[in-house]
Amino acid sequence: MQLTLWTYEGPPHVGAMRIAASMRGVHYVLHAPQGDTYADLLFTMIERRGQRPPVTYTTFQARDLGGDTAELVKRTVREAAERFRPDALLVGESCTAELIQDQPGALAQGMGLSMPVVTLELPAYSKKENWGAAETLYQLVRNLLKPQVPEQPQHDPKAWMAVGRRPRVNLIGPSLLGFRCRDDVLEIQRLLTVHGIDVGVVAPLGAQVSDIERIPQADLNVCLYPEIAESSCSWLQRNFGMPFTRTVPIGVSATHDFLVELHTLLGMDPPTAEEGYRSSRLPWYSESVDSTYLTGKRVFIFGDGSHALAAARICSEELGFKVVGLGTYSREMARSVRTAAKELGLEALISDDYLEVEAAMADAAPELVLGTQMERHSAKRLGIPCAVISTPMHVQDVPARNSPQMGWEGANVIFDAWVHPLMMGLEEHLIGMFRHDFEFVDGHQSHLGHRGGADPSAEDLRPSTVVMNPEEQGPVWTADGEAELKKIPFFVRGKVRRNTETYARQEGRMEISSETLYDAKAHYKA
Amino acid sequence: MGANLRKESGPREVFCGLTSIVWLHRRMPDAFFLVVGSRTCAHLIQSAAGVMIFAEPRFGTAILNERDLAGLADAHDELDRVARELLARRPEIRTLFLVGSCPSEVIKLDLARAAERLNEELQGRVRVLNYSGSGIETTFTEGEDGALSALVPFLPSTEKRQLLLAGTLADAVEDRLVHLFARLGIETVCSLPPRQSTELPGVGPGTTVLLTQPFLSNTARLLKERGAKVLSSPFPLGAEGSRRWMETACRDFNLPGDRVAAVLDPLEERARIALEPHRAELSGKRIVLLPESQLEIPLARFLQRECGMELVEVGTPYLNREQMAPELELLPEGTDVTEGQHVEQQLDRVRDQHPDLVVCGMGLANPLEAEGITTKWSIELVFSPIHGIDQAGDLAELFSRPLRRRQLIHPALHPQTSTPSIHA
Ligand code: SF4
Ligand code: SF4
Repeated sequence: MQLTLWTYEGPPHVGAMRIAASMRGVHYVLHAPQGDTYADLLFTMIERRGQRPPVTYTTFQARDLGGDTAELVKRTVREAAERFRPDALLVGESCTAELIQDQPGALAQGMGLSMPVVTLELPAYSKKENWGAAETLYQLVRNLLKPQVPEQPQHDPKAWMAVGRRPRVNLIGPSLLGFRCRDDVLEIQRLLTVHGIDVGVVAPLGAQVSDIERIPQADLNVCLYPEIAESSCSWLQRNFGMPFTRTVPIGVSATHDFLVELHTLLGMDPPTAEEGYRSSRLPWYSESVDSTYLTGKRVFIFGDGSHALAAARICSEELGFKVVGLGTYSREMARSVRTAAKELGLEALISDDYLEVEAAMADAAPELVLGTQMERHSAKRLGIPCAVISTPMHVQDVPARNSPQMGWEGANVIFDAWVHPLMMGLEEHLIGMFRHDFEFVDGHQSHLGHRGGADPSAEDLRPSTVVMNPEEQGPVWTADGEAELKKIPFFVRGKVRRNTETYARQEGRMEISSETLYDAKAHYKA
Repeated sequence: MGANLRKESGPREVFCGLTSIVWLHRRMPDAFFLVVGSRTCAHLIQSAAGVMIFAEPRFGTAILNERDLAGLADAHDELDRVARELLARRPEIRTLFLVGSCPSEVIKLDLARAAERLNEELQGRVRVLNYSGSGIETTFTEGEDGALSALVPFLPSTEKRQLLLAGTLADAVEDRLVHLFARLGIETVCSLPPRQSTELPGVGPGTTVLLTQPFLSNTARLLKERGAKVLSSPFPLGAEGSRRWMETACRDFNLPGDRVAAVLDPLEERARIALEPHRAELSGKRIVLLPESQLEIPLARFLQRECGMELVEVGTPYLNREQMAPELELLPEGTDVTEGQHVEQQLDRVRDQHPDLVVCGMGLANPLEAEGITTKWSIELVFSPIHGIDQAGDLAELFSRPLRRRQLIHPALHPQTSTPSIHA
């Protein structure tokens, strides 16, 4: 049993719903109790969709359990097939149905339906949403393409040259409830067009069954979101010999690497390194004098695997930030996140407990948090500016405007979204200069995200440990010590306070004066 | 009885009883709701509550995993461990509700036994209770019935002559009602659930119960068994319903009718004025209420009688005929009332009828809006302070606002003719 207050991922059948709802002509019959229909609101409210997801729930009740739930499954499948006439039917179960073992997939297979029926077995007690999405896409691709699998895969990604057509690639992985997928697809399509590459199939977002069947006609697959697409892409590679790209084009250097990888696989000349500089504003904005203030800003990153990895690279290599925390809830991508963290001199946090993430965040005392909606809330509590970079997301993370993360434009969007919560260069300087002016009280900054209004110093100066045992009085801050503490920028003040108190306690000092504070500072620097 | 009652069965689109945790935990800040369930259950309360609650929530899920399913004995140990961990983390918690879910019920995890065991261990420090909020047993608001039912055995006995309001109300609304009852001559009014889970009201032969919500059948039955008298009345929604509801109590307390009228007449008059602009908006408009909260019938009664709306169809997830009788009597002859649901067929009827307004769950609202049908979320009606005469205007506004909004923005967003630009 695992205690959860908030969760980063839904159950695996929600992942399956994301695939079904992303596609056209696919319907999903889900053996589940009535309460599980809540999942519809993820699509109709968080994504503000004007359509219900194409899911029919059996909504069995306790009184059905004694009787024939299998009959209920068959009735529901029959009704859904007649009403929606899908090109393919997915059949699966949620956590409760898994326990009663009706095997809805097998039941549906035996009904002689005219459309392909894909059975989904998504173990609800060991797997989660992204896994469920990946598995569903994989099962769908495998089932629909089985008849086309050649005896010997002989696929040449350079064949386009001989046939005299433009190179053609598929974009695999974008789905509903993914982070900015809709906008990323547009951006990547634009990017590829500029390079003379055509996009064959985009799947699952907007794809039909017939599109899935056309996947092998492209030269290669672009694995856009590995969490969802990797298992399908490797199956296609194994069975059809189609290679796929591994670089996720988020950020200027990753987009460049992606283009190089793609061109090389296709047998084309890779673009020059200047393209990113010319096509995205991130490089120049980052070089401009105003960005000097970004140097070494302490950033804490947590999200799904792909977005967290991309963020770490952009922060450290393109924006000059210092990454002070990196982690993910995607256990499937733990290894690469660990490696990336190690390169930054950090230990990765692999966890799906948001309280643990919050504690790590507080401990790292960052100046900026890049995270999910959960981290946004935690950061708000801690008074740290935050930008959302990954699911789980909220309705506000599905903007009306085009707002990709990928490609050159994605880099622009990222620059704005991550830098705006911080104070701009000159502004920070001025606030430092005028900090004793009555109008510039701490925390009274013009930008969003900071602790507004109330004086944060009041909270920061509270003793950090609640004294459980009055005999064990902790060290006391002298007036002069407190005054010195106040001079320390508020975002690290809490950490300095804690460190100094620990140091004083270790040294057996009863009072913390400005001297103690400097002693502690020297001690921890050493 | 004037209504035309029908039962329908098929796929439903209703929240399960776990959802009521979202308002119950706000009502009793010293209580914690621990769902014993799956990742789906955890995801449900999170999604229903919105990811927007900042504070650490006073609810959580003990997520069952494969190991728990394999060995039931272990599951009990695990549950004890999780409960202990939780209480160590939240020492301010006084009442811990173990909430059953579909998975815990299907594997027959005995939460009553778990509660007993933990109660013994935590002697006096924390009270541990259990109830089921599972979607195979309960819908949406029935979870509250379960939670309150779990509290009833712990209510102290009292002989005192008193009025007990059963059902969660917004604090401000409750204060107002208590004040009004005092003016009417009922001095002792207490509530279930109380504002602190430890301050449980007494119950006994002198207790008269008024239900504030229509979904508390089981709680009402248990209170009766404790010797209380449960009054039957229309529910306190709208000026008329609230007045009848208060008058029912006044009769039970033998209060002089002229005094009751002296207090309530001016309130009703004021409510009439508050309702006027909304009535102008709503009158003659056609409404469908899809099943969700069991508030549908009292709301329909209010909308028809006080706002002049035409009832196309009134759905309810569950109908307690006895408790709902006073409400059903007030509906116009032949009103279509549907118990249960076949969501697809019901939506077909909505499309056929094309009503002006549909009250529905969050999953259905945007798709209906996209089809050009104005909607109102039913969950908002459970969260908002809508009870009492003084709230009648606000209640009506919840329905008139979406219609007014459509009138405001529709002409610009869907121009009928193309008007030449002034810059042309
Ligand atoms: S319907 Fe059952 S399984 Fe689904 S969320 Fe509700 S209690 Fe959990
Ligand atoms: S703001 Fe978010 S949680 Fe609240 S109702 Fe809208 S989508 Fe749901």
